Amino acid sequence: MFYLIQLLNAVQYGLLLFLLASGLTLIFGIMGVINLAHGSFYMVGAYLAYWLAKLTGSLWLAIPIGIVIAFAIGLLLETAIFSRLYKRDHLYQVLLTFGLILIFEELRSILFGDEVHGVAIPALLDYSIPLTDTLSYPVYRLFVTAVCLGVAGLLYFVIHKTRIGMMIRAGTSNREMAASLGVNIPLLFALVFAVGMALAAFAGTIAAPISSVFPGMGNQILIICFVVVVIGGIGSINGAMIASLAIGCADTIGKVIAAEYSAIAVYLVMALILLWRPQGIANKA
Amino acid sequence: MSSAPIIEARELHTYYDASHILHGVDFSVRAGEAVGLMGRNGMGKTTLIRTLVGHVPPRRGELKINGQVMTHAAPHLIARQGIAYVPEGRGVFPNLTVKENLLMAACPRPDQQCEWNFERVLEIFPRLAERLAHGGQQLSGGEQQMLAIGRALMTNPILLILDEATEGLAPLVAREIWQIIKSVRDSGIAAIIVDKNFAALSALTDRNVILVKGRVVFEGSGEELKAKPELLHQHLGI
Ligand SMILES: Nc1ncnc2c1ncn2[C@@H]1O[C@H](COP(=O)(O)OP(=O)(O)O)[C@@H](O)[C@H]1O
Ligand SMILES: [Mg+2]
Repeated sequence: MFYLIQLLNAVQYGLLLFLLASGLTLIFGIMGVINLAHGSFYMVGAYLAYWLAKLTGSLWLAIPIGIVIAFAIGLLLETAIFSRLYKRDHLYQVLLTFGLILIFEELRSILFGDEVHGVAIPALLDYSIPLTDTLSYPVYRLFVTAVCLGVAGLLYFVIHKTRIGMMIRAGTSNREMAASLGVNIPLLFALVFAVGMALAAFAGTIAAPISSVFPGMGNQILIICFVVVVIGGIGSINGAMIASLAIGCADTIGKVIAAEYSAIAVYLVMALILLWRPQGIANKA
Repeated sequence: MSSAPIIEARELHTYYDASHILHGVDFSVRAGEAVGLMGRNGMGKTTLIRTLVGHVPPRRGELKINGQVMTHAAPHLIARQGIAYVPEGRGVFPNLTVKENLLMAACPRPDQQCEWNFERVLEIFPRLAERLAHGGQQLSGGEQQMLAIGRALMTNPILLILDEATEGLAPLVAREIWQIIKSVRDSGIAAIIVDKNFAALSALTDRNVILVKGRVVFEGSGEELKAKPELLHQHLGI
């Protein structure tokens, strides 16, 4: 039973990582932009959950409103700032998006202060399923797992089964050719970027009751997300899924075996996978 | 040929960073017309095409498409004017299946009824019909070329641009591609064709343009060109 709980935790954490990493890998893969501020949107989502839940009294309202706000901010940032970066060197992208991290952190500090805040689990899901006499599993975590699976399924469907998905994949492999077949690349980029931001913020909102809401939470998870993107293969959603679950498991197993060294497990898995597939799981050769 | 011009380019000067590639090229294509674009390697044929489709906007000069000034228009807007592009190297999306390569391009011009659709493209490319579920990278060179042409037709173009469509293909496959180009021509679609095979090319074109170092040095029919063997020899190595 103990192992079942650990497995469920690993999957839940992995799927949450996937929500973040899928946007990051798409933005990196299709537009070639290294977005260090991706983690900031996770934080933005979490703080929106905290703020909106307090304001409306319900996380159920906070989640959709948070997604819409994050999508809008994403769209604004893309058109105002990121669209100017696509032709620039990666150095500019790193500098600018690092600057954005500082701005988001500063805004967070001004608006919400530097304390750790908790977000209540909605009453509907605030109970645990008893597994043995002493062990039980919180339903909210199962809910997070299910929602993440749903979003992953939706993402898979859009990317593999719809025309817009074909266009995104076409744009990832050859932007000019896609444009010459009538695809409005700037619009497609703006949408993909905003959806990526909305996914990151969504991950932040639903994770808020589990992880609580604290300064620097975006940066902590950003690094793990980059690990996922790199081992999954840049630009590959399917790779990101496998990598997210692998990292989720590595992290959880690491914590069980030796809590203070759990970070090592993650990088060990990364090293092993990259030795096997230097271009990431999704890219053979 | 007095039909309306699809492309009218004047005094195009195109650069790659500091290198000046096109030096004041005038170029036009009328509705239904086939233009052969000739010249040795590195003379600027591909650059001219990339300028016309919006991938490398000219630094000076003017480009009109269907009468509208589109000198700095985005490539998708030029494509939506009915200009379809089959690039050198074919540009097949390796991560899409054959079917997806075709469907993603379907008729982006809402004003037009789509004469070329999935079924009709498969009719003229039966080989693609057998490979619909294959990935773009699993095709042979000839099949990739068919896919690139079929995909261009899916956009229902009024002008088809073919850059070295038969390059690297076995003679039999190349002949098949020429057959296809001819049937596309017969359906009334205008074309710009770049090819090393002068005989096959001039049999299909109404007019030919020779580029030398980014300048037009000859413009005329295949007959006129054949009458000037020194031009053929000097500029095309024939
Ligand atoms: N992307 C590029 N960057 C810089 N120079 C280029 C690029 N593409 C082509 N060139 C140069 O431009 C000139 C014309 O090339 P191109 O248009 O490809 O000729 P062609 O198609 O007639 O063989 C050549 O000298 C080539 O080296
Ligand atoms: Mg060329």
